[in-house]
Amino acid sequence: MVKVKSLADLKKIKSELQSKLDLREKSEHPEKIVQVKVAMATCGIASGAKQVMDFMIEEFEKRGIDAVVTQTGCMGYCYAEPTIEVTVPGKEPIVFGYVNIQKADTIIEKYVKNGELVDGIIPVNYETIEKQ
Amino acid sequence: MHLLVCGGTGCRASESDAILENLQSTLAENNLDGEVQVVKTGCFGFCEKGPIVKVMPDNTFYTQVKPEDAKEIVAEHVIKGRKVNRLLYLDPENKEHVADSKHMGFYKKQIRIALRNCGFINPENIDEYISRDGYEALAKCITNMKPQEVIDEIKASGLRGRGGAGFPTGLKWEIASKNAADQKYVVCNADEGDPGAFMDRSVLEGDPHSVIEAMAICGYCMGATKGLVYIRAEYPLAIERLKIAIDQSREYGLLGEDILGTGFAFDLELRYGAGAFVCGEETALIHSMEGLRGEPTVKPPFPAEKGYLGKPSNVNNVETFANIPVIINKGAKWFASLGTEKSKGTKVFALAGKINNVGLIEVPMGTTLREIIFEIGGGIKDGKKFKAVQTGGPSGGCLTEKHLDTPIDYDNLIASGSMMGSGGMIVMDEDDCMVSIAKYYLDFTVEESCGKCTPCRVGNKRLYEILDKITQGNGTMEDIDKLRNLSNVIRDTSLCGLGQTSPNPVLSTLDNFYDEYLAHIKDHKCPAGQCKALMQYVINQEACVGCTACARVCPVNAISGERKKPHTIDTAICIKCGACYEKCKFDAIFIN
Ligand SMILES: Cc1cc2nc3c(=O)[nH]c(=O)nc-3n(C[C@H](O)[C@H](O)[C@H](O)COP(=O)(O)O)c2cc1C
Ligand code: SF4
Ligand code: FES
Repeated sequence: MVKVKSLADLKKIKSELQSKLDLREKSEHPEKIVQVKVAMATCGIASGAKQVMDFMIEEFEKRGIDAVVTQTGCMGYCYAEPTIEVTVPGKEPIVFGYVNIQKADTIIEKYVKNGELVDGIIPVNYETIEKQ
Repeated sequence: MHLLVCGGTGCRASESDAILENLQSTLAENNLDGEVQVVKTGCFGFCEKGPIVKVMPDNTFYTQVKPEDAKEIVAEHVIKGRKVNRLLYLDPENKEHVADSKHMGFYKKQIRIALRNCGFINPENIDEYISRDGYEALAKCITNMKPQEVIDEIKASGLRGRGGAGFPTGLKWEIASKNAADQKYVVCNADEGDPGAFMDRSVLEGDPHSVIEAMAICGYCMGATKGLVYIRAEYPLAIERLKIAIDQSREYGLLGEDILGTGFAFDLELRYGAGAFVCGEETALIHSMEGLRGEPTVKPPFPAEKGYLGKPSNVNNVETFANIPVIINKGAKWFASLGTEKSKGTKVFALAGKINNVGLIEVPMGTTLREIIFEIGGGIKDGKKFKAVQTGGPSGGCLTEKHLDTPIDYDNLIASGSMMGSGGMIVMDEDDCMVSIAKYYLDFTVEESCGKCTPCRVGNKRLYEILDKITQGNGTMEDIDKLRNLSNVIRDTSLCGLGQTSPNPVLSTLDNFYDEYLAHIKDHKCPAGQCKALMQYVINQEACVGCTACARVCPVNAISGERKKPHTIDTAICIKCGACYEKCKFDAIFIN
């Protein structure tokens, strides 16, 4: 692991990371890479987020869909756990609530494959500081 | 095209299911069901103006839609592409129709600073933190700013401690920086012991690096090379994520010796608490870390003078720290532009209890309870009536209907007889008995008092006993005076914040729900129907058809009667389990 030795170093790493993330999005099959974030704080895990995450990783693989599934912290919608955020390239991220394995399956089949929205979308109701 | 119909509790109560069906059938009639999809969503958080229908991709936001409006939406919007003006949201300020939810005031109510990365980044990957400006604030401080300049920036931001007391953070750092010593400590208070609170846990689970970065900045300001995070052992996931984060920062050289080649050194260690509420009090916390009993001691000396191992120490709450990097990156001025005159920035609240959207929210200081509970929180569960909201945990009080429009900040909450506390908000509805609520908090305090001071150890126990007596229907009017007097004594003569604030739940329910106390004492009734000792199950002789279902389900055989003739309950035997009440198909059993 390279050490970060100065502010310039840090900035360099940051821009490399950002371009890498960009690259990930705009790679060879830009239309295919789907990003899924699973809210994995205590509330999510307690309601089964781990199983959902494992399921999605396996199923994307099995169904031949290029996807990155990562974990993240609490999105704040604890009442609707497990929650996941799905970003299909070229579209706004969408948060789904009450995602069990069955629901995850529907999301992959309908939303990810065909772009059809499915029940259980949670509208985002906050502002991020970037927009300020 | 998509039509999103709210399927949240609030909108369903006002027939959003029928809207959904009507939309679907109207689309089918026009052969549009293949192209236009109708989708049921979760709560938009705008239940006050529900039912909500949103049209995508043009983001049109219809409010207060009725089932019969479905035809018009399809005919006008879907087929002709014209918005149905009368269903658009009317801006309360300039009385104009707002078509797009992005421009509605409501959706600007939450702003995420402390939670900026929660739910965005993978907390176990430092790179994701760095790609969102992570460690830039630290780098800026140690390479370009003098410690005093950083302190001045924090002071100018107006940030106050989020752990409860609201002490100005910049000032605290300044005091700690001025006390010279060979070793100093930065301490993060992650004890979070209030019932219903989970803000700090979520920050540590979702964005551990922001706390680490802030602690290093604090170390730079006060001249400390060591940081300690005091975290309760009941938070295993937060502990694991913190450990991973600390390791990653060390690998990158963002913790350790000679950070970014500046010669500044800082490292972190974790200390585990056993989950005692009193150990969240800073002096008790320090003693607990020293391996002593977790009991508070008199202040002064404050930790800034004599803290961990007798050295100057700065204790801050998790959320306080999480705000620091943003203040450095975006500037004190920006931060101070949010909030009220004396309380700047935002506050994270954990919404719990009888509310539709249980969860974590972050709003600017000065947001009203009404906005939090009815708009963001989606209102009360099952369409019941709002009764009170408890803030500040066992140290706080209940706020009621009349406080709904008070802008929330440190000072207003205290003036209303409660306090900010760490940010737990427990919402209560008409079914909650306020005497029982006060009793619940006292039960907690009695359990958690460290026992050092007599008023707190014995006095709270007596408060609990009196409250219990009242809920049993044996209270007298004298008991009310006793509650008040004893509360004042405990408040004035306890050593630490736990004892000093423990009577608050009693005093505030006495102030706001005096009638309910009276009903228990004088009429032997619990208006909310919660106090079992005061309830009686009775069978309405007219409505009872003698089906015997109740008699069969009663576990203690308290119900008798002949088949096809009205039954009766022997109240002397009845244990008030409610089984018969649930079973009766004829609504013949009622609670007296
Ligand atoms: C009984 C009691 C419990 C407390 N529990 C906590 C706690 O769980 N977390 C916390 O940050 N502060 C807690 N505090 C407040 C701390 O004593 C201290 O004021 C705080 O950690 C300072 O940090 P701040 O200035 O960032 O708020 C508690 C205080 C008392 C009296
Ligand atoms: S007030 Fe209560 S908790 Fe605080 S030191 Fe005294 S006995 Fe212990
Ligand atoms: S239930 Fe529809 S907006 Fe809340």
